[in-house]
Formats: sequence, structure tokens, C-alpha cells
Amino acid sequence: MADLINLIETWIKTLLLGWGASEGLTEFTLQALGSVLVIIFCFVIVIALIWVERKLAGRIQDRFGPNRAGPYGIFQSFADIIKIFTKEYVTPTGAEKGLFNIAPVLAMASVLAIWAVFPFAMNVVGADVHVGVLYIVAVGAFGILAILMAGWSSNNRYALLGASRSVAMLISYEIPMVVSLLVPVLLAHSMKLSLIVEAQQPWFIFVAPLAALIFLISSMAEIGKAPFDLLEAESELVAGYHTEYSGMKFGMFYVAEFLHQFTVGALITIFFLGGWSGPFAVQWPILGVVYFYAKSFIVYVVISWIRLSLPRIRIDEMLNLNWRFLIPVSFINLVAVAIADRVMMDFELARWIYVLVMFGTNIIILLAALMLAEKSSKAVEREEFSPRPVAVPPGSESK
Amino acid sequence: MVPIIIFGLSSLVTLGAALAVVTNKNILHSAFYLVLAFVGVASIYVLLEAPFIAVVQVMIYIGAIAILIVFAIMLTRRILSEDLIQRNSQWILSAMGAMGLFLVLGWIVYSVKWPVVQQAVPEDTITILGQELLGTYVVPFEIASVLLLAALVGSIIIGRERE
Repeated sequence: MADLINLIETWIKTLLLGWGASEGLTEFTLQALGSVLVIIFCFVIVIALIWVERKLAGRIQDRFGPNRAGPYGIFQSFADIIKIFTKEYVTPTGAEKGLFNIAPVLAMASVLAIWAVFPFAMNVVGADVHVGVLYIVAVGAFGILAILMAGWSSNNRYALLGASRSVAMLISYEIPMVVSLLVPVLLAHSMKLSLIVEAQQPWFIFVAPLAALIFLISSMAEIGKAPFDLLEAESELVAGYHTEYSGMKFGMFYVAEFLHQFTVGALITIFFLGGWSGPFAVQWPILGVVYFYAKSFIVYVVISWIRLSLPRIRIDEMLNLNWRFLIPVSFINLVAVAIADRVMMDFELARWIYVLVMFGTNIIILLAALMLAEKSSKAVEREEFSPRPVAVPPGSESK
Repeated sequence: MVPIIIFGLSSLVTLGAALAVVTNKNILHSAFYLVLAFVGVASIYVLLEAPFIAVVQVMIYIGAIAILIVFAIMLTRRILSEDLIQRNSQWILSAMGAMGLFLVLGWIVYSVKWPVVQQAVPEDTITILGQELLGTYVVPFEIASVLLLAALVGSIIIGRERE
């Protein structure tokens, strides 16, 4: 019972071997089964997440949210799914059929592929590769490519504009994201996700709070949701790169977006919140899976809360925030953490002193950066525009 | 048996995509086929038990270079609408040059006696790589990084608006 997942795995293994399947085939079947299970669980969780998100949005905006289908509206997502399946697929004239159809699949796949390397519990790990962190960064490239494909193949100016905006944003926010990811790698001395989780005594959010904060901000930009949702600003671009998509093709973009948000929650859990670790997680590995999903869910709700509270930022503000604040701060943070780690390694201090010094360093850098940012932002003043001619009803002109 | 099938499939995909890059009339399609070729090369690296090189291949060639190419093509809309001229009067010369390069490379691949390690590939290659780069090969590594930094600064200066 304590180790349910491995128990089932051994059972299937002996069953298949008993049927006369070869060693390689058994291994292949088990891995395929594992990936299908993870993917199905992702989809099931998205159905729940969409309901939670809408309910939460309702509460934050002082309304009820979905409350018709079933108790508290919990069947709303199912109704939406049935509806979206029956919708017509519209392909605009002049669209590149091939690329137009591949784009939503690629968007979905790029998010799902990240789940391949996650450690769900102490002994339930996907592909435990030594380059796990790099893999996560590399796979994200396909998501950007999917957005470009969708935007260009739609043969729609709004979609193209949305795509070029989003690529400008995703490429620039990838830099602080990757640099802040280097901090947990540096602290854990490994890029292997399972080792990063095991190295978190205590959680890295206490050792490197600034890296966690930068990672949260830049991954929120990577998701492309508010306050960074200018790639699908309704008032300017209709819906951005997925303007022309309908039916399940739009649904795939939508689900990929929600799943990406949950994936960011999972990434923050792995890198900064101790992954599967928690009370009794070592003795009862199945508890680790529960902790992993629970922590990811909490981060998901926090991200939703942030994005429902903040207004959309302008494109120049978005780029300024990244290039003039996040990137310098993340590089300084990385160097400071590296020096502090190396210096304290020689003194062999107690763990709590180490954590305290690290925490202090992070907070000092954050405060200094915020003070500098505030000082420099005062220098930039809003451009004063001359009053524009305004249409007035005839007869009311006063001269 | 299975690695050979996977190797065959990924080389087929790589070569087919590379051919499509050259023959395609639409330059954006060529760019996306280029991505496919990069994916094929990355899968061959995985097959060779070099996960770090494979991941870096995806990260740099797809995540940076391919996206830059696609982005540049999309922002210059005029080259999309025109029919591309795929060859000019010098195509025979360049074909001969390419053929010569191919022959030289093929000759090198066959004539050089490649060192073969008897034991299995170490699990954690990335740690060894890091230690070698910052230990034995620290000078070339630093020179390369300074060169890249200079290129970065240079590109910013070239791209900056004149005041």
C-alpha cells in the first residue's frame, strides 16, 4: 500500500514476463503505460482546473462564476467539452493548411513533453535524465514555434501581430527564467530533477527567494496570461495568434495554456518548494505524489490570483521590466549566490547559518534592486501629447 | 535491432527534411523543414548516448536559430509573396564545390581511425564536461566567451538608433 505505484509496476512486469514477453518489450510497455497515464492525468486535472479558475475568477470579480451545471457548477467544464467537440472547424481562405493544423498539436505537445522528466515521488520518476533542467528549457522552444506557426499560417494580420508580439516576449523572458533556474542547479550541484528535489533541506524558496520570485514572474510571462497577456489583447488584436482557430483546434490551445500554468506550478514545486518532499513522504512514496500535486495546485491558484488582480501591461513596460530589471537582477543574484555558496563551503558552517546568510543576501539584492528601480523610474516621465481633435455633435461647438 | 531502426528513421527524416529545405519554393516552409532536420539530428545524438549535446542542439538550433530565422522571414513579408529564384548562372560551380566538400568529408570519415571506448559511456557526462571546460580547457573556454560577449556588444552598437 505504501508503495502503490511500484507495486502495480512489478505486478504488470511479472504478468507480462509470465506471458512470455521479452525483457525489452516489457520495459517498453511499462514506459508507454506510464506516459499515457501521466498524459491522461494531465487532461483530467485540466478539466478540474478550468472549473477552479472560473470559480475563482468569479469570486475575485464579485460574482458567482459557473453555478448552473451540477452542484456549484462542477459539470460546467464537461458541458464545454461536449460543446467544443461539436463545433465546426473553420479554415480561413489563404491559410497554410499543413502548418495551420500542426500548430495546435505542437503547442499541446510542447507542454506535455515537460512532464516526461518530473519526479512525482521518491521512486516514481519519469525519464530521470542528467540534463533535466536543460531539457525543460529546450522543449519550451517548440511552444514558441507553435505560436509562430499558428500566427503565420492563419493568414490574418491580427494573428501575425499577436504571434510576433508573443515571440518577442517569450524570447526575452526566457533569459531571466533560465538564469534563475541556474540558482537551484547551483545549490543542488546537479541538473537532475530528482537530485534537485532531494537536495532541498530546507526548501530552496528559503535559500533563494529572489530566484523563486524571478522564476515566477518570468514564467507567468511564458504562459502569456495577464498581466502579460498583451499577445492576445482583445481590444487590440481580437485574440492574438489563435484568432482564426475554432472547435477543438482552439480547444487544444486553450487546454495547453491551462496545462502550462499548472506545469509552471509543478516546476516551481520541484525547484523551490521541495517537490514530493513532506511529512512521511519517504516511508509512504504514494504520499509524495499527493504532496507534489497539492503544492503545484497551490502555486497554480497563486498564479491565478496574481493574474486576476493585475491589469495588462503595455508592450514597452513589458520589455522594460524584463531588460532593465529582471535580467540584471537575475544575473547579479546568480553571481552573488555562487560566491556566497563557494565561500561558505570552505568554512563548513551549520546548515541554518548557511540558509540565513543566503536568505539575507537575496533580500539585500532584492531591496537594492527595487530602490534603484524606483530611483530610475522617477526620471522617466510620461510623454505629454498635444490635445487631439475630438468629434463633437454639430451645434455644440463653442468658439 | 531497435536502435538501428530508430537510427534509420531519424536519418531518413533528417535527410528528407534537409532536401526539402533546399528544394522548397516557399522560404517559410524551408525554415520549418530546417527545424525538422534539427530534430532528426538531435534524435541521433540521443541514440549515441549524448543527451547533453542533444538537448543543447534543440535549445540552440531550434530554440534560438530557427526561431530567429522564422521571425525574420515573417517580419519581411515581401519575400513570402514572390516566387523565389532557386538557381542562378553559377549553380554548376556551386554544385561542384558542394560535391567536393562532400567527398572530402566522406573521405575523412572513412580514413580516420576513430578512437573507440571499450567500457560503457559514463552516466553523468555533464559533470565531467563542466570540470573539463573550467579546468583543462579554461583558456579556450574563456576566450570563446569573451568573443561572444564582444559580438553581443557589437550587435547592440550596430542595431542602436543614431542619436
